[in-house]
Amino acid sequence: MANLQSLDIRRRSATTTPSPSQREAVQVAKLIDVSRCIGCKACQSACLEWNDLREEVGINVGVYDNPHDLTENTWTLMRFTEIDVDGRFEWLIRKDGCMHCDDPGCLKACPAPGAIVQYKNGIVDFVSENCIGCGYCVKGCPFNIPRISAKDQKAYKCTLCSDRVAVGQAPACAKVCPTQAISFGTKTDMIAWADERIADLKERGYKNAGLYNPAGVGGTHVMYVLKHLDKPQIYAGLPKDPKISPLVELWKGVTKPILLAGVAVAALAGFFHYVTHGPNEVQDEDEAAAEKMRRDKAA
Amino acid sequence: MTNLWADIKNTDLVVIMGGNAAEAHPCGFKWVTEAKHHRKAKLIVVDPRFTRSAAMSDLFVQIRPGTDIAFLGGVIKYLLDNDKIQKEYVLNYTNAAYIIRGDFKFEDGLFSGYDEAKRDYNRASWDYELGDDGFVKADATLQDPRCVYQLMKAHYARYTPEMVERITGAPKDKFLEVCKLIAETSAVDKVMTSMYALGWTQHSKGSQNIRTMAMIQLLLGNIGLAGGGMNALRGHSNIQGLTDIGLMSNLIPGYLTLAGDREPDLATYMKTRGFKPMRPGQMSYWQNYDKFFVSFQKAMWGDAATKENDWAYDWLPKVDVVYDVLRGWELMYQGKMNGYVCQGFNPLLSFPNRRKLTAAMAKLKYLVVMDPLATETSEFWQNYGEHNDVDPAKIQTEVFRLPTTVFAEENGSLVNSGRWLQWHFKGAEPPGEALPDIDIMARLFIKMRDLYRKEGGAFPDPFVNLTWNYEDPLAPQPEELARELNGRALADVPDPKDPTKLILRKGAQLSGFGELRNDGTTMAGCWIYTGCWTEAGNQMARRDNSDPGGLGLTPKWAWSWPANRRILYNRASADTQGKPWNPAKKQVWWNGERWTGYDVPDYGVTMKPQDNVGPFIMNPEGSARLFTRGMLRDGPFPEHYEPFEAPVANALHPKVGPNPVARVFKGDMEVFGKPQDFPHVATTYRLTEHFHFWTKHVQINAALQPQEFVELGEELAKEKGIASGDTVEVRSNRGRVKAVAVVTKRIKALTIDGKKIHTVGIPLHWGFTGAARKGFGANQLTPYVGDANIETPEFKAFLVDVKKLGQATV
Repeated sequence: MANLQSLDIRRRSATTTPSPSQREAVQVAKLIDVSRCIGCKACQSACLEWNDLREEVGINVGVYDNPHDLTENTWTLMRFTEIDVDGRFEWLIRKDGCMHCDDPGCLKACPAPGAIVQYKNGIVDFVSENCIGCGYCVKGCPFNIPRISAKDQKAYKCTLCSDRVAVGQAPACAKVCPTQAISFGTKTDMIAWADERIADLKERGYKNAGLYNPAGVGGTHVMYVLKHLDKPQIYAGLPKDPKISPLVELWKGVTKPILLAGVAVAALAGFFHYVTHGPNEVQDEDEAAAEKMRRDKAA
Repeated sequence: MTNLWADIKNTDLVVIMGGNAAEAHPCGFKWVTEAKHHRKAKLIVVDPRFTRSAAMSDLFVQIRPGTDIAFLGGVIKYLLDNDKIQKEYVLNYTNAAYIIRGDFKFEDGLFSGYDEAKRDYNRASWDYELGDDGFVKADATLQDPRCVYQLMKAHYARYTPEMVERITGAPKDKFLEVCKLIAETSAVDKVMTSMYALGWTQHSKGSQNIRTMAMIQLLLGNIGLAGGGMNALRGHSNIQGLTDIGLMSNLIPGYLTLAGDREPDLATYMKTRGFKPMRPGQMSYWQNYDKFFVSFQKAMWGDAATKENDWAYDWLPKVDVVYDVLRGWELMYQGKMNGYVCQGFNPLLSFPNRRKLTAAMAKLKYLVVMDPLATETSEFWQNYGEHNDVDPAKIQTEVFRLPTTVFAEENGSLVNSGRWLQWHFKGAEPPGEALPDIDIMARLFIKMRDLYRKEGGAFPDPFVNLTWNYEDPLAPQPEELARELNGRALADVPDPKDPTKLILRKGAQLSGFGELRNDGTTMAGCWIYTGCWTEAGNQMARRDNSDPGGLGLTPKWAWSWPANRRILYNRASADTQGKPWNPAKKQVWWNGERWTGYDVPDYGVTMKPQDNVGPFIMNPEGSARLFTRGMLRDGPFPEHYEPFEAPVANALHPKVGPNPVARVFKGDMEVFGKPQDFPHVATTYRLTEHFHFWTKHVQINAALQPQEFVELGEELAKEKGIASGDTVEVRSNRGRVKAVAVVTKRIKALTIDGKKIHTVGIPLHWGFTGAARKGFGANQLTPYVGDANIETPEFKAFLVDVKKLGQATV
């Protein structure tokens, strides 16, 4: 998604230019009430429609999840889990996609200036024309969300329909959800609505019902109402206590002064690397080097 | 629906059984989530599979396909044994107190009057005993052993919780939990809604499945009440409209019936219609039948329909037998039906036993397919490898494909499940040569009429005299047709009290079916739609969502038949004195002078409560029927019969297994499978990602569910060495499907009559055209037998075997 004039930017990847601060912005959030979600995939198709994407017709591998993972086209995906919880069989259905962390690991990891931005309303957006396809955002994401396109070597994920939100519309998925399992509004309102839903679930015997808004990433602008907040992992691997990878934190810590000193050189080098070698990818040796750096520092 | 979609929010308990609303009706299901959140309503799902509706439920019970009547019969017994009925309602608004003829009986699975050779009943004994006054006898104490209440109690005494478990496989404790929740809604201020669909209709006893729940709803006093009712969820945005308009071989619009061969004139025809009251003072609204009928004939043939020619009665076809789809295709199979015009559906995938269908179509001289899509039906003669293994050289059928528009490419109305006629507006130009169905049929008609005019023919009268007053005869506009369905006055009708005043002005659109006449001075194409397009304009296009009363009735949004009434039988929402049973949910009430309220009263507005006119005004009794007399072919009380392919004998009466009066054609009985060869029970269904066989043509939907699969429980998969993703073959005695196995915890093995029984789930969306991967289609497997009353095929319960073919590739 390109920069949107009506949304001010709070943070911008690999940039030290101060953000505008004149206009006030309200924090927005999407609330996904898993207890009202019927898994109809209307959100999945609306996402493809609104964003002019098409997913290939795949195969069935023995589950209802189609495609089988997020892709550069499928920015949101219904994940189905059959499980016995506390002696009761449940078919858990979770809409997976970008959580729009308030403290976004992808943005912190991104070395390309302005390729990832966070608007003042909390939405984390990829500005594709600035993306160099290095894949650091993938490593930086505690939820394993971004996917790199094989076609254009750029990273893609849910934009929270920043283009719709910028003109006062709800995201396409929230708009089409037939059971209002997806709501969109200010984060304050969404938390209040979640509280009502949680009270209802507790009355129905789900004593661990609660709001998934994990503190480890500063809270998120996509939140879930879960019947079993005590074990989010049962919802197709939703992390219990997500944090930005220490690698990313370290990388940012070490490189920031270097970047400040040599941002022009780095950008130039990056540009030449891109035009001569194509987009960058995190290789195993880079990982090993980073890990070594972290260990050295810890020591 | 007796009620409307939005009204589901008013309920205290939702029972989804015989349907899968979350999956097949996701937009309507939102009202369930509303009821759950705002009224703390509970949701019970009873189904052969743990569906996406079940994923939303408070209580799920798995049953064996085809055993719904056993389950619900058990509920009736529970309600009667524990006296959990709404007594005042049952006594005053149903036929519980009526006395049944002494020669009616039920023994060893059969009702009185059975003729084994004909596979039919003489239903004469299934009727009321009449008193000397000619009216039905009744016992208000409900003690007479021949009263409906006592007969019903005796009939369902056999449906003990143990018997329910033995037949359905539902554990006794779970069954009783369901009974308890349902029984709570017998309180006057508590209601339950029943949401059902093809899971009940597609059985050899489909009508009786629905009737059993209707009886429960009557016993609980939940019919006519907001948040209650029997709510048929229609599978297509306009399938309600289809039945309203009478697109069945034995109907004409507004649920009037075609005449039979043995009804040579109008007088004979009217003898068995237009029922006289069976209890004193009842409305028996069908007494107006002749007004609806004559107005229909005037809509058809205008001035050519006269009193002298019995309003052109002879020009209507007379039926010898009902030409339902199964009979039609049987005749095609026999080579007796040799031309077929197929408009807006895809029978090659929709009807049972594909092999028979393909063979039948190959015998046609010509096939005309009107559809927006290149359907499988239109390509039945093409070889698509194993998915349609035919030899085109051997098929001589000439196929004409006429591309049509879709709803978004034309103006018109759709009638939703809640009987709302909602006008819609053209949103796009049709592609290529596509034409509205109306234009295609108009062109055909004009051509044929020209031929009749020129050449005469055996019987040109109905053709050449048909009213066809459209601005462009080759393209009648939806607006013109809608006005015609509503009807108008054909003459000035003066007020008998004051001849200087007119009740109706010649040419004026009618405002309600109360204005229809049997003297030829009015016309209306479909009497129940009268009021949809009045002198005030197109009522269907109204978009005012104001909601006085707060029940979601929105009387100024679109238009609801009949008479813009939103909840049918709403007189029953008030007690005998005309006071709402539940003051917190007032619908209509008697204000001392007249009936008033937030809905259009389903009653004579000036009929006083003390006159004891029953709320079920269409019935000559004025009451609702727990005992349905001879109205259904297979019994006045629903009885559990096994599917035609069943894994066990009928535990209630081993000698009478399946429905004893369901029609089976020669050759079809022979290909029913036996449990020793086909040990597993199969059921077919739809998935939320697709709409029938349409959306597989859409790339996005195709990607969401790309490939044909079948669902197997973990235990069966383990027995057969099948893993999720493996390729399996499912066979019935009629055909095979090769598909991917989805091994699931959502289908458990059941213990039925001491035997372990597995259920196999077969979704039906894939065929050999479209964007999705090619598939075989569930109707390769399904049996060629239908409901005993309306012949809806038994798609929901049959026998199969399963075998592993190959390993998963991913």
